[in-house]
Amino acid sequence: MIDASLNELSRALAAKRVSSVELTGLFLDRIERLNPALNAFVTVEAEKSLDSARAADARIAGGGAGPLTGIPIAQKDIFCAEGWRTTCGSRMLANFVSPYDATVIRKMHGEAGLVSLGKTNMDEFAMGSSNETSHFGPVRNPWDRERVPGGSSGGSAAAVAARLAPAATGTDTGGSIRQPAALCNLTGLKPTYGIVSRYGMIAFASSLDQGGPMAKSAEDCALLLNAMAGFDERDSTSLDRPTEDYARDLDRPLSGLRIGLPKEFFGEGCAAGVMMAVQAALAEYEKLGATMVDVSLPNSHLSVPAYYVIAPAEASSNLSRFDGVRYGYRAPEYGSLDDMYMKTRAQGFGDEVKRRILIGTYVLSHGYYDAYYLQAQRIRRLIADDFVAAFRQCDVIMGPTSPTTAFKLGEKAADPVQMYLSDIYTIAVNLAGLPGMSLPCGFADGLPVGLQLIGNYFAEARLLNAAHRYQQATDWHRRRPEGMA
Amino acid sequence: MSLTLEQVQRIAHLARIEISAAEAATTQGHLNGIFRLIEQMQAVDTRGVDPMAHAQDLGQRLRDDKVTEEDCRAAFQAVAPECEAGLYLVPKVIE
Repeated sequence: MIDASLNELSRALAAKRVSSVELTGLFLDRIERLNPALNAFVTVEAEKSLDSARAADARIAGGGAGPLTGIPIAQKDIFCAEGWRTTCGSRMLANFVSPYDATVIRKMHGEAGLVSLGKTNMDEFAMGSSNETSHFGPVRNPWDRERVPGGSSGGSAAAVAARLAPAATGTDTGGSIRQPAALCNLTGLKPTYGIVSRYGMIAFASSLDQGGPMAKSAEDCALLLNAMAGFDERDSTSLDRPTEDYARDLDRPLSGLRIGLPKEFFGEGCAAGVMMAVQAALAEYEKLGATMVDVSLPNSHLSVPAYYVIAPAEASSNLSRFDGVRYGYRAPEYGSLDDMYMKTRAQGFGDEVKRRILIGTYVLSHGYYDAYYLQAQRIRRLIADDFVAAFRQCDVIMGPTSPTTAFKLGEKAADPVQMYLSDIYTIAVNLAGLPGMSLPCGFADGLPVGLQLIGNYFAEARLLNAAHRYQQATDWHRRRPEGMA
Repeated sequence: MSLTLEQVQRIAHLARIEISAAEAATTQGHLNGIFRLIEQMQAVDTRGVDPMAHAQDLGQRLRDDKVTEEDCRAAFQAVAPECEAGLYLVPKVIE
């Protein structure tokens, strides 16, 4: 049951072979036993989960169930959920119990009937690539507990990899769904910007942030995206488009699929073992009928520098709301109002978050705005235009998700720049606003390797199709870590 | 470009984050490392390139000018550090 797909769980629930209460109890038991070694969940409230499971069972019995009703799922702790502690991995929100639901939470739980197993650990305010910046301590990778699970959605990745949950949500600002999916052997999808509502998703960099599913297969991701996506008038950047069934093309043959290989993703800087697994996956795609096309993304080397201007600029503005007045942490001792702000923010934020706020404050300050912020926005345009040109020659772009497999805890923690370069292949996708996926494509020295798929705007169904057909022909995505029975 | 210690302290003040002298020195090193990465941008000629603020070139939607939200003040103030009589309490600003 712990390896079952969402479709299998759905059929078992519909046929009454298992109840949602039993299924939820099974995963809650696993969380209780295995989470202490992983630190994947920061909040578990078994009674709340079981109440939702009972409601789901009633809905199934009453004939009003949808395909995902009663299936348990883990929620990244960036999504506000009414009555649940919602921390965003920060001391600033360590005791914040949300008074409202994010749209993603409302749609997944209120409408689709999924059952929340709890809130997963994450890098503080989603700023990190290793889950080490969390106020609640690092998450450990179930494949090797001395290694990081990736970040920022590291808790969600570890939870699904260790089968503490059938699936989870994540958010991706610069690679935070795809990189942990790669490092933990999961399938993760970052949708086109504007597909999934950001309402109630605690903001990091608003022009880049996008929620999406993390699961064991492309098919599961498609079903979850069906429940997450959709227009939301409460998000001013939500796109008003006709509803899509993201699973509609899963089985479509891949003959004729043109796969673009950007030369910039296949040069130096990628570990040999990662490159070998990626090349083997591309050979598999050729067997499935796809053809390879050489493309170029000539400005992709500028994506990390441009991102570390744009994302901190937006973060410094977004995080100004944490001032100790309306919600969250307030310093216990202070003098003036200004002193209260300064002490509250000094104590409530961790080092990485402070660094990014400072970078953002500087690049937006008088005299530096043009040289940094505007220049970064112009480079963002060049990067997006590179993709437009590449997609004239191909349907899907492929390459590695991450330049390395999971690195050791502490290995990059002392040098922010080394950590930032972990996202060298994922960041351009966010700057352009395109959909991207990572799927398991093999192992290097016993650690999972992720294949990245990048699609044109609104090409989610096409990406999921390409990923699903590959997963029909391979079994990398079915592997799970030992010692997690 | 390289930030001085005084600049780091000034930025921290602008961001309303208290910073000790020791923290400022460590932060200075980290920020200068990050800005060395960022400086790669300066080699690119972007004259004539339209800045891209957003992934989707959309205008802001307008909604009808009518009340759509319910009163949630009590629920929202319940999570505030200090409230009294429906007001958020902060240190005195005006003498």
